[in-house]
Amino acid sequence: MNTNEVILEVRGITKQFPGVLANDRVDFDLRKGEIHALLGENGAGKTTLMNILYGLYQPDSGEIRRNGEVVKFSSPKDAIAQGIGMVHQHFMLIPVFTVTENIMLGDETVKNGLLDQRTVAALVRQLSKQYGLEVDPQAVIQDLPVGVQQRVEIIKTLYRKAEILILDEPTAVLTPQEVEDLFHIISELSHQGVSIIFITHKLKEVLAIANRITVMRNGKVVGTKTPQETDEAHLAEMMVGREVILKVEKGPAKLGDVVFEVENLSVFDQRGLEAVRDVSFQVKAGEILGIAGVQGNGQTELVEALTGLRTPHHGSVRLGGFDVTASSPRPMIEYGLAHIPEDRQKHGLVLSFPVADNLILCTYYQQPFARNYIIQNKAVDEYAHRLVEEFDVRTPSPYLPASKLSGGNQQKVIVARELSRPVKLLIANQPTRGLDVGSIEYIHQQIVQMRDRGVAVLLVSAELDEIMALSDRIAVMYRGQIVATLGASQATREGLGLLMAGLQIAEA
Amino acid sequence: MEAKQGQVNQKFKTRIQRWFASSWSALLVPLLAVLTAFVVGGIVIAMAGGNPFSAYLGLLEGAFGSTKSLSETTVWATPYIFAGLAVALAFKGGLFNIGAEGQLALGAVASAWVGYALPGLLGINLPTIFLLPLTVLAGVIAGGIWGAIPGWLKARTGGHEVINTIMMNYIALNMVSYLLNGPMKDPNPLNVIARTPEIAESARFTPIFSGYRMHWGFILAILIAILVWFLLWKTTLGFEIRTAGANPDAGKYAGVNVGRTIVLSMTLSGMLAGMAGAIEVTALNYRHELGFSIGYGFDAIAIALLAKSHPLGVILSAILFGAMRNGGTRMQFLTQIPVDVISVIQALILLFVAADAIVRFIFRIKAREERVVLTRGWGG
Ligand SMILES: Nc1ncnc2c1ncn2[C@@H]1O[C@H](COP(=O)(O)OP(=O)(O)OP(=O)(O)O)[C@@H](O)[C@H]1O
Ligand SMILES: [Mg+2]
Repeated sequence: MNTNEVILEVRGITKQFPGVLANDRVDFDLRKGEIHALLGENGAGKTTLMNILYGLYQPDSGEIRRNGEVVKFSSPKDAIAQGIGMVHQHFMLIPVFTVTENIMLGDETVKNGLLDQRTVAALVRQLSKQYGLEVDPQAVIQDLPVGVQQRVEIIKTLYRKAEILILDEPTAVLTPQEVEDLFHIISELSHQGVSIIFITHKLKEVLAIANRITVMRNGKVVGTKTPQETDEAHLAEMMVGREVILKVEKGPAKLGDVVFEVENLSVFDQRGLEAVRDVSFQVKAGEILGIAGVQGNGQTELVEALTGLRTPHHGSVRLGGFDVTASSPRPMIEYGLAHIPEDRQKHGLVLSFPVADNLILCTYYQQPFARNYIIQNKAVDEYAHRLVEEFDVRTPSPYLPASKLSGGNQQKVIVARELSRPVKLLIANQPTRGLDVGSIEYIHQQIVQMRDRGVAVLLVSAELDEIMALSDRIAVMYRGQIVATLGASQATREGLGLLMAGLQIAEA
Repeated sequence: MEAKQGQVNQKFKTRIQRWFASSWSALLVPLLAVLTAFVVGGIVIAMAGGNPFSAYLGLLEGAFGSTKSLSETTVWATPYIFAGLAVALAFKGGLFNIGAEGQLALGAVASAWVGYALPGLLGINLPTIFLLPLTVLAGVIAGGIWGAIPGWLKARTGGHEVINTIMMNYIALNMVSYLLNGPMKDPNPLNVIARTPEIAESARFTPIFSGYRMHWGFILAILIAILVWFLLWKTTLGFEIRTAGANPDAGKYAGVNVGRTIVLSMTLSGMLAGMAGAIEVTALNYRHELGFSIGYGFDAIAIALLAKSHPLGVILSAILFGAMRNGGTRMQFLTQIPVDVISVIQALILLFVAADAIVRFIFRIKAREERVVLTRGWGG
């Protein structure tokens, strides 16, 4: 269903943070049953605008109209009362509670003074049937995969009678299959009259699912388009304000010596199950080895074991000829390991620290940042200013706590730190997750340049496009094993897709 | 050149402004928490039939009304500063040291023992420049060991430091009680009190002004506070402590030895608490007596919380707590309002600092971004 009835209207919203105009006279409207994508560079103000619509922030000026009437939200409670629901990227579910308990939390149905779980469970079942959101109301959250947890979040908003659903980068951590399921759910919701605002950096997704697309840049709305009127290149240009080369320029690899050697590595996960089984590979100086695979096939555990964050239980890892199996991270870092971790808020950043301190997180004790155990503020200051500039981290000051940066800019801080010191091996796990196309372009160039300078690169990514654009060789991981290794020229999207799904080439 | 100069000036100016802006907003909530606590405390006094104005006047007079009372306020504030620093440093390292009380008592006993027994054991009269530092050091080391044990347990086994420091308190306090009643009891036949003999003359700080109890420990405490601030914010070790405290996973990722840093933080914390005890012995009481140190280590938690774990804030909140303890007696004398009211106010301060949402609500201060951080994901 997609009528022209406008159910939410934003007029002239302005929001100033110290040193940043996050929203600058933003106009935006949402129609009934519409899927409205919101695009924009990192730090353009998308999340801020959504937080305002959800009552988390109050705008400095401007107004919000719901069904034509001006409304004021001083907290999410008010927004929920107006039928607005938001699903954040980091779900706010209690891991040890069941689906039903999580859904009723904060809005408990009570019968005779007791929680009425049965009624709620029935309602959950009904909602999941109505919108095709399959979940088991009795399941405990921590046992569910990310995609299903996200469904629980969506049901939670529907349970509170949301007519407008805000999804902030919902696909960033989903597997391709989960993304497809989510899109089914979204279209089903839209057919039944729920309007959806959907933030993403993936232009393909936008063109596939959105009814209208609004692009933001520097806090302002640049324009609203329908998918028919536009294409990827045009959207990218609208976002960044210049032409973006969506293809990576890359010459043939000049191979050097073997830098990194992994032999028969096996690793257990948290639950003590074997997540990585008997994995062996080598990375030479000057090449990029891509590890493709659907998320959750052991990549996380593999990278943690390779970077000293997890102890493998079998096999060996050699870096530059030294045995670093079960080594702690520091000796590897000092030898020349750079690691872009998968979970930026867990491993990559100290959110309460200023950007500058995060930029020296691995080298704070080395010259020139410290001398005789004393931190040299001047050197840190110069370095931080330089990196913020070079990597286009959008922040009013390198002394802002990292928590105040937009998601994509947080990622840029990590990438800047890891790519800016002399390294021999780069292990990058989802290096461009949450980044806008312009930043992806820049970081891909940087990674290729590092390769050309003779750095060995191990790239782990769930994005097939990224793997195919950068890798010289591609290894496919499936259920903890490397099931195939191909030269980049032999690899096709379809072939890789089949391997990632566990089918052998012969069968394919 | 001139333009450049102007630029530099501008840069300097904004820096100052920023500094004021940030420290002001950091100070605002604790200040208002104190204010609110006094207002609510005043209501409590009024309900108990007292006059809150004369009570607070008495409190002020008792704390700051004369050189004598000023001096006494610093006497109270001194152990509070040391112990407050101990708790604050642990907080910065992500650790909750409830054991300052035990570390302090043990520090005092160790210090007292060195102070009275060492010259006799060595059979020589050590000069002050040797004996005094040794005496203080003994307390610092004893406290440090007592802090290191729960730190080590946490790093090694994951055993929670809150439980373990509480346990260590019981062990320390019972041990001290045994020592003061037994092997270390003042052998003077007239003595019935659980206390050590007096320490040697050369193990003592000399008074600053004769006739006043204010002592060098207060000056030392302020210097140590500056040192702790420097350690935490200007050195690589401080960087490690704060990283391990704020996000141990990121610390490990960055190559920090998180386990070692935990042990170190707890050791330093214990050393500061031990120093509180050592200074009480060497600069004020010249011995240790059961009951000299009751509660400093616990009040220190409130002091560190009020200071938001900032070492320089600890000086201010320690002086506030010291002033209240010191002024309380005068208040009681003038108005017959029991000193216990002071404990009520302290508890209220703690309440308003811990639940700062209440203070923000009363004074309509916008919450800082804490709430939003929760809701920030990959998408930011
Ligand atoms: N609480 C805050 N305090 C200060 N500045 C903030 C705060 N929240 C956001 N900002 C700033 O506002 C700007 C917009 O941020 P926002 O999170 O809305 O960007 P975004 O469009 O969602 O970007 P991304 O694609 O990277 O997630 C950024 O420059 C950010 O640093
Ligand atoms: Mg965002």
